[in-house]
Amino acid sequence: MPDAGVQRQRRHRRRRARAERMFRLAGLVAVTLSAGAVLFLLTAVASRAVGGFTETRIAVPVDLGAARLSVTPARLAGRGADLALAGSGLEAAVERAAARAYGPAPDGSWLSSGAWLEVRDAVKREPALLTGRRTFWLPAAAAIDAAAEGRGTAAARAAHGRLAAAGAVRRGFAWNFLTNADSVDPARAGVGAALRGSLMVVAVTLVLACPIGLFAALWLEEYAPRGRWTDLVEVSINNLAAVPSIIFGLLGLAFFLGTLGLPRSAPLVGGLTLALMTMPVIVITARGSLRAVPASAREAAMAVGASRTQVVFHHVLPLAMPGVLTGIVISTARALGETAPLLLIGMRAFVAAAPPSLTAPATVLPVQLFLWSDDVDPGFVDKTSAAIAVLLIVLLGVNALAITRRDRWEARR
Amino acid sequence: MGAGLLLLLVAGLAVISWAAGVARGRWLRAAPGTGTGKGRQLAPPFGWYAALWVAGPPLVFVAAWATFGPALVTDAVLRTPDAVQLPPPGFARATLLAEARALGLGRSADAFHPLARALAPAYAAAQARYDALAVAATLMLALAGGAWAASRLRPGFLPRPHVERAVGRILLAAALAALLTTLGIAASLLWESLRFFAIVSPADFLFGTRWSPGAVDGADPGAALGAVPLFWGTFLIGGAIAMAVAVPLGLFSAIWLTQYAAPAVRRRLKPTLEVLAGVPTVVYGYFAALTVGPAIRDLGAGLGIADASAESALATGLVMGVMIVPLVSSVADDSLVAVPADLRDASLALGATASETVRRVLLPAALPGVMGGVLLAISRAVGETMIAVMAASGAATLSANPFRGATTVTRQIVDLLTGEAAFDSPKTLAAFALGLTLFVATLLLNVVALVTVKRFKETYA
Repeated sequence: MPDAGVQRQRRHRRRRARAERMFRLAGLVAVTLSAGAVLFLLTAVASRAVGGFTETRIAVPVDLGAARLSVTPARLAGRGADLALAGSGLEAAVERAAARAYGPAPDGSWLSSGAWLEVRDAVKREPALLTGRRTFWLPAAAAIDAAAEGRGTAAARAAHGRLAAAGAVRRGFAWNFLTNADSVDPARAGVGAALRGSLMVVAVTLVLACPIGLFAALWLEEYAPRGRWTDLVEVSINNLAAVPSIIFGLLGLAFFLGTLGLPRSAPLVGGLTLALMTMPVIVITARGSLRAVPASAREAAMAVGASRTQVVFHHVLPLAMPGVLTGIVISTARALGETAPLLLIGMRAFVAAAPPSLTAPATVLPVQLFLWSDDVDPGFVDKTSAAIAVLLIVLLGVNALAITRRDRWEARR
Repeated sequence: MGAGLLLLLVAGLAVISWAAGVARGRWLRAAPGTGTGKGRQLAPPFGWYAALWVAGPPLVFVAAWATFGPALVTDAVLRTPDAVQLPPPGFARATLLAEARALGLGRSADAFHPLARALAPAYAAAQARYDALAVAATLMLALAGGAWAASRLRPGFLPRPHVERAVGRILLAAALAALLTTLGIAASLLWESLRFFAIVSPADFLFGTRWSPGAVDGADPGAALGAVPLFWGTFLIGGAIAMAVAVPLGLFSAIWLTQYAAPAVRRRLKPTLEVLAGVPTVVYGYFAALTVGPAIRDLGAGLGIADASAESALATGLVMGVMIVPLVSSVADDSLVAVPADLRDASLALGATASETVRRVLLPAALPGVMGGVLLAISRAVGETMIAVMAASGAATLSANPFRGATTVTRQIVDLLTGEAAFDSPKTLAAFALGLTLFVATLLLNVVALVTVKRFKETYA
């Protein structure tokens, strides 16, 4: 029987060991929770995105010769074609064709509301179709689409079963989604225009922010005299990097739209606004990698008589380039995912075509998915997730590019 | 002709002059009598000297032209006889002119107002005239610069010091651009806010407890524009709930990763956490609105809370906290690693367990760094917009119940500015006053955070 002191010590040791285990467990739980939350988010997005990337199409035999549309082949040339076909009763003719083939639809229509537009585009390409007949594979209504995924009403599932038995239904990857512009009809909505808008905005951002950010970093690291003014520039850049992005939106609204009178929703204004936002990040990362260049590289160049500019541009900058590029890529990724400042400069309008120029109204990928997430049409739920998947894949691609490029640069040293 | 084409023109001329300058430099080197002494130089500086003189002045001109050109064109249009019928300066006039400009420059097919249609040809004519002027001026400036450079590139001339000085100035100009951005933000926010405070007294705005911009009364706009509910909602969501999630999760993650995890696990997990920091906030916002919001509402209803909302402060704050975990954990990680190994070894050598070492030695030593990280995280949460826009409520309420809806400053800025209000109404100006408040608050947080982190770094440098 050990004495009381030894027992107390033993109890004390056990308590400490228990505290140690609990602490360790707490850490593990924290890591698991944080990683788990994000995994949960990504799987939730991925599972819905699958629905957004697939589409259901129905075979519809359309006989336009019998439909007697009030349009002549002559009017199909030039700019009035869309208007002429819209007013010709084509939409109703396509609806009737579907109803004639498969009977009354369970939810009012077999086809998605924009399905006839595919027929319209085919007619525009081949005016001969106006007098002929052809079987089109047209996007199905949301109810049929849901039934094909095993959801939806009993009536829709039964109807889908009937069509499937007849071989008149097929499901596939919605290539439309990657090329189309926004649409009020979820079956025809796509991220093509938004991708192009994103590309234009980021191009403007990089063209402005990269040289200015890199030059500012070079001046601060290699040229600046130490003093109060340099400190002021340094402090303001450090603080700019942490200013909430929405403040840059306010600046863009007041200065680019208000004072300069640039057009709303334009990629030019979006790029300018995001350039202001990303420039400080580029400056800070570039300074970091310039500072990491060993002094021996500078001194060796100076010792053989290189001028200051030669030292900086021929020796220091190439050595710092991997870090500079990483900073640029990080800020590109940030600019690609940024939404709030773009909302303020008017980039929340419905944009039904890819922007033809830097001053035309445009939308970008994150704004597009924000707009879809707000839509009352349940068909957009899957589309939003699919757009998120596209956005994340683009961002992953950009980051992967950064890593491989950096390895290349480092290998070349 | 837009600024883009002008820039291309200038760039082309610069390349040509660079090549000409290099050729001239080679020739001067090879020329008899200049091959020795101070005339002996490499050729490239000659090219750069010529290119800088050819491209520099036109570039300054193009920048000024892109800024002031549109206003000049509008002025010319306003001098035409038709412009007399325009409404007085204000919103209506601005829309009319914008329409006429779009029509005149071929950006739109037709205009709604007949007057805009009448003014469109004037726009087209003025634009064409000024475009021709701009091209002529650009070419003249480039030619003048080129002639000057050519006259200087003679035997005995040393271009390098000039080029060096010019490069220094260009880099300085880039650094000043950063300073100007800060000043521009401060000035534009201040200016619009001053206009707002001329209508609504600062006391009403800062201490008023009723926020309903939809019901602004023209006689007393201040009564419906009291921002206290917004400040409270921002604090509740970003300062309290998000931090209650992010600080423990981030801190314990950092502790586990630095003290307990096997090196291989740490090498994998740390970059993963950093990638997570790069997921766009609009994605988190969608997730909050679609999944977390309804789940929290059902939970609240299950607990017997009568007015549980799908746009609750709790859901918004939770998701915001998850978004911020990587930031807290990465700063805490850095701070813990920066504590000298001697301290840790000494504590372990005295028989302390790992957790005792962390709690009694490492954390107190790393505290300033961790605190700096937490302050940065608060400023991120307070300025976070998309999660608030998608998941928080639009109605401002003063309630401490986290299951009820709450709104944030950022959410209200977006709501105020995406409506169809005139640019100088109290509602839009209120957004700038909110922006100024947000800017000042995050600036203070950042300055304090940076100073804390810096002091911590100096202690262990």
